Amino acid sequence: MPDDLINSYMTGPDEQGRFGMFGGRFVSETLMPLILDLEARYEFAKTDPDFWAEMDWLWKHYVGRPSPLYYAERLTRHLGGAKIYMKRDELNHTGAHKINNVLGQIILARRMGKTRIIAETGAGQHGVATATVCAKFGLKCVVYMGAHDVERQAPNVFRMRLLGAEVVPVTSGRGTLKDAMNDALRDWVTNVRDTFYCIGTVAGPHPYPAMVRDFQSIIGKEVRWQLAEQEGEGRLPDTVIAAIGGGSNAMGLFYPFLDDPSVNIIGVEAGGKGVDDRMQHCASLTGGRPGVLHGNRTYLLQDPDGQILEGFSISAGLDYPGIGPEHAWLHDTKRAQYVSITDAEALEAFQLSCALEGIIPALEPSHALAHVMKIAPTLPADHIIVMNMCGRGDKDIFTVAKHLGFDMKI
Amino acid sequence: MTRIDTTFARLRAEGKKAFVAYIMAGDPDVETSLAVMQGMPGAGVDIIELGMPFTDPMADGPTVQLAGQRALEGGQTLAKTLDMVRAFREGDSETPIVMMGYYNPIYSRGVDVFLAEAKAAGIDGLIVVDLPPEEDDELCLPAQAAGLNFIRLATPTTDAKRLPKVLQNTSGFVYYVSITGITGAAAPQPADVAPDVARIKAATDLPVIVGFGITTPDAARGIAGIADGCVVGSAIVKEIGAGKPVAEVLAGIAALAAGAHAA
Repeated sequence: MPDDLINSYMTGPDEQGRFGMFGGRFVSETLMPLILDLEARYEFAKTDPDFWAEMDWLWKHYVGRPSPLYYAERLTRHLGGAKIYMKRDELNHTGAHKINNVLGQIILARRMGKTRIIAETGAGQHGVATATVCAKFGLKCVVYMGAHDVERQAPNVFRMRLLGAEVVPVTSGRGTLKDAMNDALRDWVTNVRDTFYCIGTVAGPHPYPAMVRDFQSIIGKEVRWQLAEQEGEGRLPDTVIAAIGGGSNAMGLFYPFLDDPSVNIIGVEAGGKGVDDRMQHCASLTGGRPGVLHGNRTYLLQDPDGQILEGFSISAGLDYPGIGPEHAWLHDTKRAQYVSITDAEALEAFQLSCALEGIIPALEPSHALAHVMKIAPTLPADHIIVMNMCGRGDKDIFTVAKHLGFDMKI
Repeated sequence: MTRIDTTFARLRAEGKKAFVAYIMAGDPDVETSLAVMQGMPGAGVDIIELGMPFTDPMADGPTVQLAGQRALEGGQTLAKTLDMVRAFREGDSETPIVMMGYYNPIYSRGVDVFLAEAKAAGIDGLIVVDLPPEEDDELCLPAQAAGLNFIRLATPTTDAKRLPKVLQNTSGFVYYVSITGITGAAAPQPADVAPDVARIKAATDLPVIVGFGITTPDAARGIAGIADGCVVGSAIVKEIGAGKPVAEVLAGIAALAAGAHAA
């Protein structure tokens, strides 16, 4: 006798914060009471109509939701196969999906009486979103960013400072996103009483992976009714595709479709210069193995002795050696398929989107688009693909110009 | 009874406080850190805390982070750290050794394999920063079953409601982290820490050792005086990091030990 609850992919995590063997609460004792408090507050907020009323109002009037679901007609014709839709989360205020989650966490932080918000950021999109919402609510904001990223993402650093945030360049370790996360955790442990850590992706100790997923799930929920509106009642996508660093935009798109077996789910990791033993990539699922870092068990890039390796990608937003634990679980249970796309393939997709659709995508969704380019021509015309255009490319034009040999000074 | 239990029984009989000292294994190389380790009991160290280097030490301040980086750059591995312990045990079969670090290198080795190797090498206890009681099934319970102490950290945020959970599967001693913060942070005042230590002692028969932020013999005496002993880490690691000769490092450790023992 089938039992819908038992067979559901949507009931996780369990009480230990686990998705199968992944997830958990691997944090120091100092943080543990706060994490339990956060979990209790979130559990309450989840079913509190006032909380969601506030979210919905801000999503609509401040972020600009719902974001359009756009039929990419010229791209579809060019690739000559499946029908391609783009979920336009790059049109959100601040230019990416990150703000969906930040709003939820900041509203929660305010309810918890926290007055100081900290965040880590790689490309700067989560940092900008956090600085933005902190400015709106008059909260003190400190953003940790790897020193290397501070240099290569200068426009976002300036945006955060304009918004009143303090940007702390992180030089510990190797000065990358994971080191920024380490320093944010160190700050949190030190200032635990007044500080809320606003994590930007579906990783970290429970309840962060579930909480961030729930806030980002607005993406997939909108796709459900928007596609039905355009393609007819009950029409579901045949394939949903999203890029994955930590995996928040992907979880947001995937989650509402986990229990629809007809929907094929594909996550695209950053393959950098290629997923091989040179390890110049950030493909944690295809090139890593399970380990424990930053509060959760998940697939990690690591050496044989359990030391964490640096990720490598053209996209600073995908440059993280881990991945959200729910993705690790979806990978192992084979509910979702994970592939990787190289820097070169992402650059090609970036240019195709500009040329055919007049949309300058961020390098992160360019990875998802590159996989669409691979599979769409092999699929029939009545096969519907929805890819998540999770960020816009303004922040990446300098990087792309460099790779294309274009002199920006002209 | 582990060496840790025996040591505390002896100290109690002598009416002395425990002095616990931390160094990072392989910092800056195996030879130097082994030489320091071998000199520690003679310098008055009652329990040795041996750090296992990790690329992402989230609970540590810059001093210990850099020590871990130096060790890793020198090629330190978990296997080499256990080799160090075996070498130490050839000349000292009594001083307790507690390995301190993060879970991933242990998880990567395999918990059962690691525990068997650690026990055989002469390790007495483990402090693993990122394993709270909620994750006891991972390593704490298997470690106790393998005959190793699992020493838990209690912190200022561990409230009365939570304390029993923290103490439940702890053995050897309780490590009270005197501040909310990272290793090597500002020093706590003994008077501020005393009520928390008293609160923990009221709930357990285990010795309570206080650490984080202690850098001078005076501070060691002050903090040891309100607990069963104290831990010094960053202050020692800083000397090693500055390239001081082993004899000088040990002289510094001896002064700190004398402070704690004068309490």
